[in-house]
Amino acid sequence: MTTVRTTYREALREAMRSAMREDERVFLMGEDVGRYGGCYAVSLGLLEEFGPDRIRDTPLSESAFVGAGIGAAIAGMRPIVEIMTVNFSLLALDQILNNAATLLHMSGGQIAVPLVIRMTTGAGRQLAAQHSHSLEGWYAHIPGLRVISPATVADARGMLATALADPDPVIMFEHNSLYSVEGELSDGGPVDIDTAAVRRPGTDVTLISYGGTVAKALDAAGELADAGISAEVIDLRTLRPLDERTLLESVGRTHRAVVVDEGWRSGSLAAEIAARIAEQAFYQLDAPVARVCAAEVPVPYAAQLEQAALPQVADIVAAVRAMVG
Amino acid sequence: MTTADAKTRLELLTTMLRVRRFEERCVELYSAEKIRGFMHLCIGEEAVSAGVLRALGPLDAVVSTYREHGHALARGLPMAAVMAEMFGRATGASHGRGGSMHLFDGERRFYGGNAIVAGGLPVAVGLALADRMRDRPTVTACLFGDGAVAEGEFHECMNLAALWRLPVLFCCENNRYAMGTALEREHAVTDLALRASSYGMRSWAVDGMDAEAVADVAARAVDTIRGGSGPCFLELSTYRFRAHSMYDSDRYRDKAEIGAWKRRDPIPALTELMRAADQLTDEDLAGIEATIGEEIDTAVAAAEQAPVEPVADLTRFVYSERT
Repeated sequence: MTTVRTTYREALREAMRSAMREDERVFLMGEDVGRYGGCYAVSLGLLEEFGPDRIRDTPLSESAFVGAGIGAAIAGMRPIVEIMTVNFSLLALDQILNNAATLLHMSGGQIAVPLVIRMTTGAGRQLAAQHSHSLEGWYAHIPGLRVISPATVADARGMLATALADPDPVIMFEHNSLYSVEGELSDGGPVDIDTAAVRRPGTDVTLISYGGTVAKALDAAGELADAGISAEVIDLRTLRPLDERTLLESVGRTHRAVVVDEGWRSGSLAAEIAARIAEQAFYQLDAPVARVCAAEVPVPYAAQLEQAALPQVADIVAAVRAMVG
Repeated sequence: MTTADAKTRLELLTTMLRVRRFEERCVELYSAEKIRGFMHLCIGEEAVSAGVLRALGPLDAVVSTYREHGHALARGLPMAAVMAEMFGRATGASHGRGGSMHLFDGERRFYGGNAIVAGGLPVAVGLALADRMRDRPTVTACLFGDGAVAEGEFHECMNLAALWRLPVLFCCENNRYAMGTALEREHAVTDLALRASSYGMRSWAVDGMDAEAVADVAARAVDTIRGGSGPCFLELSTYRFRAHSMYDSDRYRDKAEIGAWKRRDPIPALTELMRAADQLTDEDLAGIEATIGEEIDTAVAAAEQAPVEPVADLTRFVYSERT
């Protein structure tokens, strides 16, 4: 087995390239995915290999091209729709919620929508409020969707193939901080999109994270280790459906949980996870579940304000220390 | 003026009568609380259903709206399946998950009843895109109302379909009201065919109360699209004789206006034409009505007796069933 060192961005590109080589039904469409090479350069070079029919630049009309992806999926294609960022996905929310997530049920099981929608998410680049949302939790609220959030190079490479094989719509979130992250890729094959992963084992507390917060949770675990506290780090990977088993087994071992979420606290995915732990593992807890979330404010531009609005390593460490005592 | 032959006229008349009588029965069943929820009738607009759907072949696709009983029946969905869906039964077109507004038939490529105004247009564009990418010589007919023309999704889709020259037949069933808002009160420019043509597609303004005219123009548009023209647009001027839905007290329309449109009822209009041309006798008409009446009676009886979906299956069809 050969191992290559590559970036998250290149891993995503390789995943799309191999999917398109293997299955002629697969195509990519979205804003600036072709000639520009993708806003985050994920699809750079694919136009030259696959041509404009399969690497399809769209007008700035999120609702139309996301809906077109739904229609094409219904008619037998396997579209990958790239929405430049989650912020613009709001313009396509009708299509995602009222059609992609709903058609199968509303048609009594007749009309399946095997569509993959990729989008960038997250803050941290001083892009101000309209370009810094973290709305994974909104999408994870919706029955009929599967929501995935690759946080590693291997998952960036492997999750897409599994998503494309899924008969139902899959929303894939790519945190903007990850594109240039490097990692080792071994075989580069498909990975499961059903389970959460323990990224670092520990015994005193479980840090639950996903996407852009996994690295912060790992950093926090490192600092805590220096202080003699053993933190287990879970990468949720799939935000809907949640892998409760991995979460509950971990909390059963550590008896403490901190949920780290770049979304706003109120009504967040972190709230859902905290509720499930409280519902199902209450008597195994040695402390109330804690949350480290974004401040309840539109994300501001100025660096110190933006950083203050986002979950930080120090916040995670402080939350654990308050809990471990 | 077109000269459709007697057979075409008979088919158009039969389809319109079938839709009219079906919906009239639905009104009774709604009053009897057999049918619940929202129910939007197309009584008065049957020439659109009969004329447009006639232009399509079995491999073509259809995307419709919540006012779709006529489109569904004209597309060939079995009346029993449509009625059972109105009753919310297991034998319904959508297993009781959709109701009046969400009739589906995958085999007949009838992709629903969409109840978000203009929400079906992007899906229609995508169906056409896939068919084109797979070199299928099909047309996707997308039906919507005048209200949809004010939505952003409409304009996004007109642009995208025209830009990519996709085989979509956009059919605007202009009944002059977006629920209670009159055309003049919702559109800065009320010539909808003209606006469509600004996207660089061929468009026709058609008398939507004249089934022959609708059938004729729809057939020409479908031929044009199959010839590789890209999308076409039909503005079908029509009128609903009844309120927007069963909850609507219809305070916003003038009685005289309703009366004037009712005098243009597409069913008597075609009937008179056929009688004058010796293409229809009273006996013929009575025979058609009797057949339709029997079909409706059978559909209602079957729906009454059909099983309900078990509550244990509540969460079926949220995700595909995996083997």
